[in-house]
Amino acid sequence: MKLKKGIPVIDQGDKLGFWGGKFGGNFVPETLKKPIEDLEIQFNRLKNNKNFIKERDRYFRNWIGTPTRFIKLNNLTKHVGGAQIWSKVVSDANGGAHKIYNATVHCLLAKRSGKKVIIGDTGAGYAGKMLSMAAKKFGLKCKIFMGAKDIKRQQPNVKAMKKNGADVIPVYSGSQTLVDAVSECMRYWVANCDTTAMCVGSTVGPAIFVRICGWSTSQISRELKAQLVNEFGDIPKKLKLYNCVGGGSSSFGFWNEFIDYDKKQVEFIGVEAGGPAKSNRHAAPLTYGSKIGILHGAAQYVNQNSDGQIEETESISAGLDYPGISPLHCFLKDTKRARYTAASDEEALKAYQIVTKYESLRPSLEPSHAFSVAIKEAKKLSKDTIVIINSCGDAYKDRGILEKKLGKKYVKSN
Amino acid sequence: MLNPISLAFKNAKKKKRPALLTYTVAGDSSKKQSLEILKAISNYADILEVGVPHNTPVADGGQIQTSAYRAIKNGIKMNDIFKIVSDFKKTKNSKPVILMGYYNMIYQYGENNFLKKCKKSEVNGLIVVDLPWPENKIFSKKCKKNEINFIQLLSPTTSNKRLKSITKDSHDMIYYISMLSTTGGKLKVSPKKILANYNKIKKISPKKNCVIGFGITEKTISKFKNTDGLVVGSQICKEITRSLNNRQNPVINVSKMVNKLRKKIS
Repeated sequence: MKLKKGIPVIDQGDKLGFWGGKFGGNFVPETLKKPIEDLEIQFNRLKNNKNFIKERDRYFRNWIGTPTRFIKLNNLTKHVGGAQIWSKVVSDANGGAHKIYNATVHCLLAKRSGKKVIIGDTGAGYAGKMLSMAAKKFGLKCKIFMGAKDIKRQQPNVKAMKKNGADVIPVYSGSQTLVDAVSECMRYWVANCDTTAMCVGSTVGPAIFVRICGWSTSQISRELKAQLVNEFGDIPKKLKLYNCVGGGSSSFGFWNEFIDYDKKQVEFIGVEAGGPAKSNRHAAPLTYGSKIGILHGAAQYVNQNSDGQIEETESISAGLDYPGISPLHCFLKDTKRARYTAASDEEALKAYQIVTKYESLRPSLEPSHAFSVAIKEAKKLSKDTIVIINSCGDAYKDRGILEKKLGKKYVKSN
Repeated sequence: MLNPISLAFKNAKKKKRPALLTYTVAGDSSKKQSLEILKAISNYADILEVGVPHNTPVADGGQIQTSAYRAIKNGIKMNDIFKIVSDFKKTKNSKPVILMGYYNMIYQYGENNFLKKCKKSEVNGLIVVDLPWPENKIFSKKCKKNEINFIQLLSPTTSNKRLKSITKDSHDMIYYISMLSTTGGKLKVSPKKILANYNKIKKISPKKNCVIGFGITEKTISKFKNTDGLVVGSQICKEITRSLNNRQNPVINVSKMVNKLRKKIS
C-alpha cells in the first residue's frame, strides 16, 4: 500500500472508492446508489470549478472567519521545557469548531442541487450545531440526529441547534451515541433521498462523504501552511502535528497540505480516545489493533466482536466516542504516514487543566486528548522542534462534564 | 433440475397466485422460538427469509430493529443461525430459506467459509442489503458456484441502465423495493405505480422471478396479486413484539397472521 505524491489523498481511491484497495467503498442499500452517484458527479465537477471555489472561500472568509489563529503557547512551552508548543486555534471559527467547514460545503452543494432539506448526524453536537447554522444561513430546513445519551451530555450544543431552527431528533437505539445517530440519519436518507440532502458529520460514511468532508476541512492546513511560512520563513525542519481523532475530520484537514512532506520533517500524530483508564471499551480502533469491518457504508478498522456486531465505545468526549475511524486514517496508518496513539479520559482531563492553567485557551475534551500526548512527548523533544496542536473545539460545550469532574469553582474561574 | 427457490415460484404459479415470502429474525425472541416460528409459518409461506440480526442496520425500520436487538441481546451468534436453518431443514415440511443481512457479518465469517456453511445447512439464497451491484459481482459469482441464489435488489431510484446490468447479473430471483423507505414504512406510493415499475423490470427480464417487498402488509397485499412473489417482514416482527408484550404465544399469533396473508392472495 502506497501514498501517491502530487495527488490529493481524497482522490487516491480506486473506481469503487477504496483507498489502498481496501478502505472505504460504498456498502450502501441499492436505494442510495443513485443519490450518491449524483453527489459524486456534482462534487467532482465543482471541486475544481473556479467560481465554486471562489464562492466557498468567500463564505469561509466572511462568514466562518478564516484564517483562525496560529499562536505560540509560551507559558506552556516554558512549563513543559522541551519543544516549542504552538496551537492552531480552529475553535476560533464561527460556531467554535472545525465542523463548520464541512457543513458549509454540504449546504452549498445542497443549494445547488435544489434540495430543500438537509439532515445530519452529530455526536458532541458540533457537527449538528454547525449544520443548523449553515442550513439557516442558506435557507434550508434542517434535521439533526443525535443519540439520546449525547443529548443529555452536550446540552449547550443542543440548545444552539434548536435556536437555529433545527429539529433535533433523539436516537434511542443501541448505545444512544454517535454510532446510532449516523445509522438513523442514513436510514432517514434511505426513505427521503429524493428531496433531502445528507451531510455526514465527519470523514466517514460512503466514499463521497469522506471526500467532501476531507476537502472541506483541508482549509485548516492551507491556512497553517501560510502561517508557518509567515512565522518561520519556511516549513520548519522538525514539525509535529498533533490532533485528536474520532471520525477523523479535523486531523485529516490539519494534515492534508503536508502529506507530501517526508515524515521525518512533518510528523502526524493522531490521538484516539482511550476511554476511562480501567475500561476496555475504548474508542481507539487504530491504537488497539481492531479488525477491518464495514460500518456506515465503508470498510475501516472498527471495534466489533468476532461475529461482526459493532461494539459500544466509552469516552468522556462525545466527539471521539465512535467505534470506527475514517478510511483516510486507515490508509494513512497502513502507509505509515501517520502515527496513532490514545489518551485516556483522565489524561485528557489532566491536559485540560494544565492548558487552562498556563494559557488563555480552553480546548474542549476532544483536543485535550491531543494536548495530553503532545505535552508528554514535547518534554523529550529539542527546542528547535515545533509541536502544533489543533485546538479544534471550545470547552464551552463540555461545561457540564467539567463541572462534574473538576468542580464548579474550577470551571467558573476559566 | 430447478433449484428449490425457482421451484417454489413455479408451484405458486401453478396455483395462480404469487409466492408468499416471510421475513423473521433468527433468534427472535430466542433461538428455540425462532425455529418454532419458522416451522409454523412454513405451512403457509413458500419461501422463508431469515434475518441475520445486525446492530448497525442502515436500512431497517423500527420493527425489524426491535426484533434484531432482541435477538442479539439474547446472545444469537452466526453459528446459531446456521444451526436454526439446518434444524428447520430437517423438518418434513421445510421450505427454501434465504438468509438476509448486512455484509459485515459475512466479511467477518470469511466469504468462503460463510458459503461453505450456507451449503452445509442448506441455505438456498442470500440477500445482502449493503452489498449493491457492482460491488457484489465477485461474491455473487461465488454464490452461483455454490448453488446459492444471490438475490439482487432493485429500487425506485435504480436507473434503467443499472436495471439492465443488474438483472443481467442476477440469478433466478430479484427483489424490487417498492418505495423509498426503510423496512416497515407505510406504503406511500400507489400500488399502480409500484406495479408499473414491476412490469418494467419483468419486461427487461421476463424469466426471472421478481418479488416486491417494503410496505406489504395484510392491508395492502391483495393489491399485488398479479406478481411473482411478495415479501412480508415488518408486520410479522411487529406481531412478535405485540405478542410478547401481551404475554401471548408469538408462534401461534404469527402463524395465524401468515395464514391470513396467504388466504388474501390465494
